[in-house]
Amino acid sequence: MKSHVWRPLFVVIGIVLLILIARQFLVPKDFGIHERGYMYGWYKKSNEEYWKTKIAVKYKSAEYCKDCHSDKYAMIMQTPHAIIQCENCHGPAMEHPSDPPKLAIDKSRAQCLRCHYPLPYPTSGRANIRGIDPEKHNPDVECSMCHNPHKPKIGGTK
Amino acid sequence: MINRRDFLKNAVKGIAGLALPLAAIEIVSPRKLFAAKGETGKESKIRWAFLVDTYKCVGCGLCVKACKLENEVPYDANVTRTWVERYVLTKDGRVFADTPKGARDGFTTSKIDLGEGKFQDIKKDDIQKAFFVPKLCNQCENPPCVQVCPVGATYQAPDGVVLVDRKWCIGCGYCIMACPYGVRFFHPVYKVAEKCNFCYHRITKGLKTACVQACPFGARMIGNIKDPNDPVSRIIRNERVSVLKDEYGTRPQVYYIGISREVI
Amino acid sequence: MVHGEAWTVKELFVTPNEYIYWSVQIVMYPFMTGLVAGAFVLSSLYHVFGIKQLKEIARFALVFSLALLPVAMMPLQLHLQQPQRGIEVFLTPHFTSAIAAFGIVFSTYGAIVASEIWFVYRKYIVETALALRNKADKSTGEKIYHLIFSLLTLGSYDISEKALHQDEKAVKILAGIGIPVACFLHGYAGFIFGSVKANALWMTPLMPVIFIMSAVVSGIALCMLTYIVVMEIRKFLAARKKTTYETYESTEEIKGIEINVIKMTAKYLLFFLIFAISLELLDLIFRGYTAVKTWDILRSVIYGKDFLDIFVFQYGIGNLLPFILFLLPGLTIRRTVVGVLLVLFGVFMMRWNVVIGGQSFSLTFAGFMHYHLPIIPHDIETFKEGLFGALLVIITPFVLFWGLNKIFPVFIKEVH
Repeated sequence: MKSHVWRPLFVVIGIVLLILIARQFLVPKDFGIHERGYMYGWYKKSNEEYWKTKIAVKYKSAEYCKDCHSDKYAMIMQTPHAIIQCENCHGPAMEHPSDPPKLAIDKSRAQCLRCHYPLPYPTSGRANIRGIDPEKHNPDVECSMCHNPHKPKIGGTK
Repeated sequence: MINRRDFLKNAVKGIAGLALPLAAIEIVSPRKLFAAKGETGKESKIRWAFLVDTYKCVGCGLCVKACKLENEVPYDANVTRTWVERYVLTKDGRVFADTPKGARDGFTTSKIDLGEGKFQDIKKDDIQKAFFVPKLCNQCENPPCVQVCPVGATYQAPDGVVLVDRKWCIGCGYCIMACPYGVRFFHPVYKVAEKCNFCYHRITKGLKTACVQACPFGARMIGNIKDPNDPVSRIIRNERVSVLKDEYGTRPQVYYIGISREVI
Repeated sequence: MVHGEAWTVKELFVTPNEYIYWSVQIVMYPFMTGLVAGAFVLSSLYHVFGIKQLKEIARFALVFSLALLPVAMMPLQLHLQQPQRGIEVFLTPHFTSAIAAFGIVFSTYGAIVASEIWFVYRKYIVETALALRNKADKSTGEKIYHLIFSLLTLGSYDISEKALHQDEKAVKILAGIGIPVACFLHGYAGFIFGSVKANALWMTPLMPVIFIMSAVVSGIALCMLTYIVVMEIRKFLAARKKTTYETYESTEEIKGIEINVIKMTAKYLLFFLIFAISLELLDLIFRGYTAVKTWDILRSVIYGKDFLDIFVFQYGIGNLLPFILFLLPGLTIRRTVVGVLLVLFGVFMMRWNVVIGGQSFSLTFAGFMHYHLPIIPHDIETFKEGLFGALLVIITPFVLFWGLNKIFPVFIKEVH
């Protein structure tokens, strides 16, 4: 049809074509529909690898610590604190001992109070943990002055 | 006169030209493309699921601390991938709940945080029941956050975990709005949508998530619901468990033991 | 600082990640889209249904809706955390997302508006292009104009009787297609909110319809306002005999046309306003009557925290008051100006109460969030999503309209 009427349509088609061509270059090749179908599986496949490999594992668990620090490990395993991971107080091991060579230990009262602030909550495990009133119980000193966290009983090895 | 090389060149160009409209179809009906890649029928043998035993949780918040450090969510930013809520129900029927800083530092006061700098102390004798509820991404079977992403930057991996593509997310916030559980937020550094992904870098290496590992009381567990011998899978199938907000049809995959109706 | 923290204050039990993530720009977005759709519907009333009384304002509304079009995208760009990636909505659209589908509908709509304007102005474009072509020793400005107009002809210089008749037909068809697309466009903006099942206030199938109705209301109101302003300026110029337009001779003539157009348009405004209010009230009554689980928190937001915003500002000052102003006999221009300003304010407040109101309560249904609009910007975020960002969005369409008017003069007699 040789009418001018269609010219705006050609412009529109041209723009659409431009976008489609741009798609060829700008959209990653592995972008498409994957296992969960279109609604939940429309994505760039290689991003799975990003989450699997690009994030460093920082918390290594007590298994990682116990060979070098066998004395401490053996000690704490005799106490109620055996359930607490080393890294909960010592911080994430990361690549220790190479990086970082020394871990920063959290010795704050707040760290102990996470469990030992008394909250008498029925139906919660918290009610069964012995607690102290932080405002009355030697308020100005670190707990580890008297209590060894690895052997939490006054007059222990410390 | 047209030689063979030119003919081939033109033929390739012609085919490329014809393929262009196919690219358009790819957006609309990508199942075909998917089939062509030969990826159909390969169903994952893993479906991650999480189990929380609220009877065991003491609200120490060590899980939150570990999560933030493990997943590089700035420690002092007021957002978190996982958090612990405290519910205190009084004898006269009132419900108090709070989660100061997402319980990153645990609950070290009996005062309930009411926001805006106000606190409410509840006397021991007034308490009817009280407990802690850890929260994290439910990795829904039908994730509404994925459904609404306009660009395909968030998706459900074959093993059921919902991930965010940090390089493709435009940061519109629609997924944050769509999540009924409030687990999503904008990462303060990357400026894209961020969420709990069951420590995907750990579970795919056979490790436990940081929060599961950090929990001294075994209140958090993760497992493969497709494996009938998996301990978590067994509990979910054999015992009475519940999920959060199932009325939204999201089919959440974080199961709870011991929550009551006050928990939302 | 976390996005949203700067303007959110939390009260009672709110989960850690909850903030008012969709702030003032997302209020602006449906407001501006609404104006686009409304302006277009107004112009179509003349082109499709041949409502002659609207002839004068129709062309005006059409160009204005083109000026508003890019501005509807602006708030979205301003609120994105990664604005440079916004184009991905067209590259990898995810059609299960209302936002991606919106991108497609929006572009379609833009194409329709642009085409319609092209047909309406084709004769003018060709004449101007030819006149410029034939002119000897053009200045630089004229050279640029010549280039623009030559491009705008799209290579067609046919302005025979037959060709112009075809144009007329094309305009009619485009305007006809345009109405459902405009409604669809704005319905989609409503769908973006209405389909969020996690949000108790937003989730209602009525949302798209409510959005369309209030969109038309606001679009008509803005067209009336701008029309009056432009006419007043022209009256002023006519009085001083400095006018460069050759359309009308005397102030009296302009006055007569102006009040007639306004009276006619006001009727349509009222008609759509009644529709919009009825639907909103229906939604409110229905929620109260069915009183599902979420009603407790919604009630405390609607009748408590947001009472002033909803019942005083939106319904009272924004709806009821202009309603009375328009219904009182002997409508004057001055009263109309007050009326349409209030209507615009009312529609803005409606968007505000939906977007901000919907985020003012927690997913726990036991806590609230309060929004504090950043006034003085202290970083890029508080500028973009603060008062000045919003003002920028409001001003832009008028600047664009001024620019467009240089190419498509709104007031020339006998263009169409």
